[in-house]
Amino acid sequence: MATPKAIILKEHGTNCEEESKYAFEKAGGKADIVHMEDLIRNKGKLSDYQILMFPGGFSYGDDTGSGMAWANRIRNNLGEEIQRFAEDDHLVLGICNGFQVMVNLGLLPALNSYHNQQVALTHNDSARYIDTWIDLRVEGYTPWLKDMSKLSLPIAHAEGKFYADNKTLMRLNEKCMIAVRYSEGEIFEYHNEKEPSNPNGSLEDIAGIVDETGRILGMMPHPERAIEFTQLPHWRSLERKYKDQSRETPKEGPGLKIFQNGVEYFE
Amino acid sequence: MPHRIEIKSKIPDARAEVRKKKIGAMGISGINTVNIVDVYTTGRNFSDEELSSISSMFTQQVVYEAAVDSYLAPDKFDWAVEIGFLPGVKDNVGDTAQESIETLLKTPSNSQNTHSSQVTYLSGNLSRADAETIANNLANELIESIHIKSYEEFMENNGMGITVPTVKLDTLPKADIVDIINADDLELQRIGKSGVYDHDREILESEFQAKKEAYADDPLKLGDLFQRNKEFFEKVRRGPLALRPSYMKATQSYFREKGRNPTDVELELLGQTWSEHCKHTIFADSIDELEEGLFNAYIKRATEEIRKKKGKEDFCVSVFTDNAGIIRFDDQHNIVFKVETHNSPSALDPFGGSITGIVGVNRDIIGVGKGAKPIINMPGPYCNGDPRKEVVLYKGPNKTQKTLSSRRLHSGIVDGVQVGSNNSGIPAAYLKQIFDEGYIGKPLVFVGTGGVMPAEINGKPSHIKKAMPGNYIVMVGGRVGKDGIHGATFSSEGMDEGSPVTAVQIGDPITQKKECDMLMEARDLDLYDSITDNGAGGLSSSAGEMAKESGGCHIELEKAPLKYPGLAPWEILVSESQERMTLSVPKHKWPQFSELADRRRVEATIIGEFTDSGKCIVNYNGQTVTDIDMDFLHDGLPKEHLTTTYTKHFHKEPNIPSLDDLTETFHSMLERLNIASHEFISKQYDHEVQGGSVLKPLQGKGRVCASATITKPLLNSNKGVVISQGINPSYSEIDTYHMAACAIDTAVRNAVTVGADLEQLAILDNFCWCSSDEPERLGQLKAAAEACYDYATAYGTPFISGKDSMFNDFKGYDKDGNPIKISILPTLLITTIGIIDDVRKSVSLDAQKAGDLVYVLGDTLDFESGGSEYYAMHGEKVKGEKPIGNNVPTVDAENNLKLYSVYSTCVKNGLIASAQSVETGGLAIALAKTAMGGNLGMDISLETISGIINYDDLTLFSETQGRILATVSPENKEEFEKNMQGNSFSQIGTMKKDNLFTIRGIEGKKIINTDLDSMLESYKSTFRGY
Repeated sequence: MATPKAIILKEHGTNCEEESKYAFEKAGGKADIVHMEDLIRNKGKLSDYQILMFPGGFSYGDDTGSGMAWANRIRNNLGEEIQRFAEDDHLVLGICNGFQVMVNLGLLPALNSYHNQQVALTHNDSARYIDTWIDLRVEGYTPWLKDMSKLSLPIAHAEGKFYADNKTLMRLNEKCMIAVRYSEGEIFEYHNEKEPSNPNGSLEDIAGIVDETGRILGMMPHPERAIEFTQLPHWRSLERKYKDQSRETPKEGPGLKIFQNGVEYFE
Repeated sequence: MPHRIEIKSKIPDARAEVRKKKIGAMGISGINTVNIVDVYTTGRNFSDEELSSISSMFTQQVVYEAAVDSYLAPDKFDWAVEIGFLPGVKDNVGDTAQESIETLLKTPSNSQNTHSSQVTYLSGNLSRADAETIANNLANELIESIHIKSYEEFMENNGMGITVPTVKLDTLPKADIVDIINADDLELQRIGKSGVYDHDREILESEFQAKKEAYADDPLKLGDLFQRNKEFFEKVRRGPLALRPSYMKATQSYFREKGRNPTDVELELLGQTWSEHCKHTIFADSIDELEEGLFNAYIKRATEEIRKKKGKEDFCVSVFTDNAGIIRFDDQHNIVFKVETHNSPSALDPFGGSITGIVGVNRDIIGVGKGAKPIINMPGPYCNGDPRKEVVLYKGPNKTQKTLSSRRLHSGIVDGVQVGSNNSGIPAAYLKQIFDEGYIGKPLVFVGTGGVMPAEINGKPSHIKKAMPGNYIVMVGGRVGKDGIHGATFSSEGMDEGSPVTAVQIGDPITQKKECDMLMEARDLDLYDSITDNGAGGLSSSAGEMAKESGGCHIELEKAPLKYPGLAPWEILVSESQERMTLSVPKHKWPQFSELADRRRVEATIIGEFTDSGKCIVNYNGQTVTDIDMDFLHDGLPKEHLTTTYTKHFHKEPNIPSLDDLTETFHSMLERLNIASHEFISKQYDHEVQGGSVLKPLQGKGRVCASATITKPLLNSNKGVVISQGINPSYSEIDTYHMAACAIDTAVRNAVTVGADLEQLAILDNFCWCSSDEPERLGQLKAAAEACYDYATAYGTPFISGKDSMFNDFKGYDKDGNPIKISILPTLLITTIGIIDDVRKSVSLDAQKAGDLVYVLGDTLDFESGGSEYYAMHGEKVKGEKPIGNNVPTVDAENNLKLYSVYSTCVKNGLIASAQSVETGGLAIALAKTAMGGNLGMDISLETISGIINYDDLTLFSETQGRILATVSPENKEEFEKNMQGNSFSQIGTMKKDNLFTIRGIEGKKIINTDLDSMLESYKSTFRGY
């Protein structure tokens, strides 16, 4: 099969598309950054791709609620096309602001139907923007997280607190749709001054969810910022450790595997 | 009929909880609960159906609920406080809301008619005065409106009511003729200082004459009339042109020769073009024996000599001439850097001022050469007064116009940059903060941006741009309003009561991001031949500058799109409304350019043509309002001659008790404002976006604040960019020459410490001075500039760009209403931009392993603690004149360079486990950071330390320059020491597995005995809760 192709949507204020493209390409895929307006004018273009990604950023400044304005623009202009894409055997990934957009669009968790908002990502408990590294425990099944059980990634957001009512939470749990939860792992162990493993007050430590098929993944942490070994906050400390154990220093970061999984799904 | 949509959280609102805490911190203990409701108000008429789809668009159903034209108050509350923007103030949320509505309904409208506001519902035991205090703390009355209602009033009025903040201008938009041909010197001076009259002077004159005659027999009334008349006349002036008397004289003779009076447009244009802010006249004027002025004699000459000496190795591509400095990165890419300040606006509105600062310096990068992509933000240092102290100051007499507290200024600045930088998607590393009482009235906000650009675009060098005659002048981005009028001239004046409110703008990072992305596309398609940003002075400055490239311009002002009608032509020309770029677009490329802009929803408008007429012509509705020769516009300002004096003052030496145990002193030092962790800032600034982060602003297990960061501009290359800073304003009161020398050494050393290549290091200078019309201050400036030449050439680090802000003085009144002038410390920020060939060789500050050896590289001299943080700590306990000492550190560049070069070799060979330059607070602080970073104990002895040392405390806290603290793995000991031969270095201890931190003094006695946990507590406690 030909190299799988990913389309990374660009909208006013998104800012993670370049590193996302780099991640897909490093993982062996091909990726194009396509401006929303250009896709709206040429909707057929979507059929060139197997993977759709909503990247992170501040679409429309998040001024009217994070990811709200972009979700509206999609709903009004590309709603059907995106839904059809998602229903086919394709993969969809949303990171940070992209996750917020998917949730507001109803693309996730899409229990029973697309379109309506069933969960939310709201203000962090600190009501502040946070950039820090966290640890994740992998749970639900999704091709995106195949053969992964834990990983550490950076988060950078002001509205990442996962919220849903009890009934929805129960169903997400029952259907194994919780993809990743914040947990105590390598980063937690590394720092001597301990910070809560759940950085934003997310209910049940939820950092990312999938739809019922597992093909659609949304998460707040940024795997595309953990592609190289030198992006890790403790890469120098790890390097020394590997050296002392006469082991080869890794070249890659933990986020790359997600993109590799995405590409391999089509190979 | 206007409509109001209210949105409220259905679940506990984190913002409300945080706000409640904030209100508690204001000293209002009666507060029980806080609820927040977001409001959108629109002046447009919508059907019920439309309103319902608009409100559901704004409402995330799971967590929010909405109400249209009614309210969502909690059942019980005592006060409702609504805060919105004043008419004409940039409202980013309102703008996005409007854009969303227009996209939803597919009905564009031509004016700004959607506005955001927020209601805070307060309950508790609160008086109206409490509610007012809360409102005043939450809002800035300069830019925001406040409405307060009690529960009863709220219920009686059925809510807060609907207010649409609309701009109404009743001035007639036309150009006025200003009589300067016949003006006497006094009037010329007044026009230059306070601006032209806003109303027809003749009417005022005749009223005055009539009254003068009526009061002829009443000397008391007459005296009063004269006094009031003087004040009145000053009040009705438009605000400073900031044209010096000699400039006004030159303008007078120019127009006398032309045989006509200028229009107000022409005078404003000259005011902007010749402002200190734009022309840097103080650095350009001849001074003492230096005919060529400070900039040419010291800054530019240093760069020229260094470049010449480097020959083929010269990595400078474009220096001083453009919006930012450009250096070579690799064969295909250049790196650009610029550092700005945004001080005066930040003193008035810290949020708006600082966001505008960071977004503005990003625009410098977008507009350098043919345009670069911003990849690094370097916010800070922020220089403030002590945020823990409440010092009451007034801008006006009779205790009017209270200034904002240092705490509020500081947090407003932190927040403004947070939004500006994060929303722009540019990684930001905050490295330093500075506190001194000199910054109480006038904070300093440094903001820097780095960018990357391809070395060639379409086969042509990307750093060369030229507006060609016949090309369209195209304005791209936001619309023109009254924002920031007189911004450039305003920051050239000291700050006093008359500071115009219009000088405050609020940057909009998203509009700019949209524009930046579109311009990068246009650049790569080669759709324009020149570009520059609209910063200080707005169109007058951008179009005026670009017209130099072609040799003239012809502007039709009425074509510029306005935010609201009624702007006078001079206002359109000098407005500093943000997010605008000016481009030169060849006519045949305009259709493609315009189509692209349209597709990216970026407003692009032709406002004239570049010409080679040698003239700057501006028309407004067919009438010529400006006709000035380009030569006069750019070179007509007379150079003045400045003279300086320099007095070496004697300062008291502090009286420091001699202690055997310095543990407590050490902890107090860790808690100092200028040393303590500013982690809370670093964590709020996204420093990982774009994926290039290698060495982050917080490092190691203890998340310790770093002095340098490394970023990869290209994801597929291991080459990196190093950013660091040097700034030592506390030395200025003793000696500005050595202050500047130390700033350069510290900046260079910080970069080298993490692995920057010494041969590829460039520096930027940002002078923030005070009272630069006083010979003594100019003498201090000259000494600092001289040191810049001496040390840049000694280190071989060229200046590539710089900026100055010369009048950072607060003139106002103290708590008793007495006049007071507070000047900042003469402040010089040196920023280093360097290149590291392989980021995998970089060195972080955290110690790596127990057993590693601790070395100090360079001599420690304990007799140069003047101006140090240690002296400041002791001096603070003294009333009156502070004992700051007389000997600041001096820099031995020759020795240091030798050391840095050998050290660099060690880094390249992987011999250094961790390193940290010795900065503020001296060796003890560097040791602490290394230990806390690695979460490893330390066993140190000062017995073997090289240098001149007599006292334990001064050895620990002296800020001697040229020192690097490094840890080395025992297996590398031999090779490391072999490399270091011929340089001064000493092994002073080892890293330990336990968490004990002990230091033995020069006589072997234990002088510090503590542990990592308590050190971390001291280091982090100061700003906890910020």
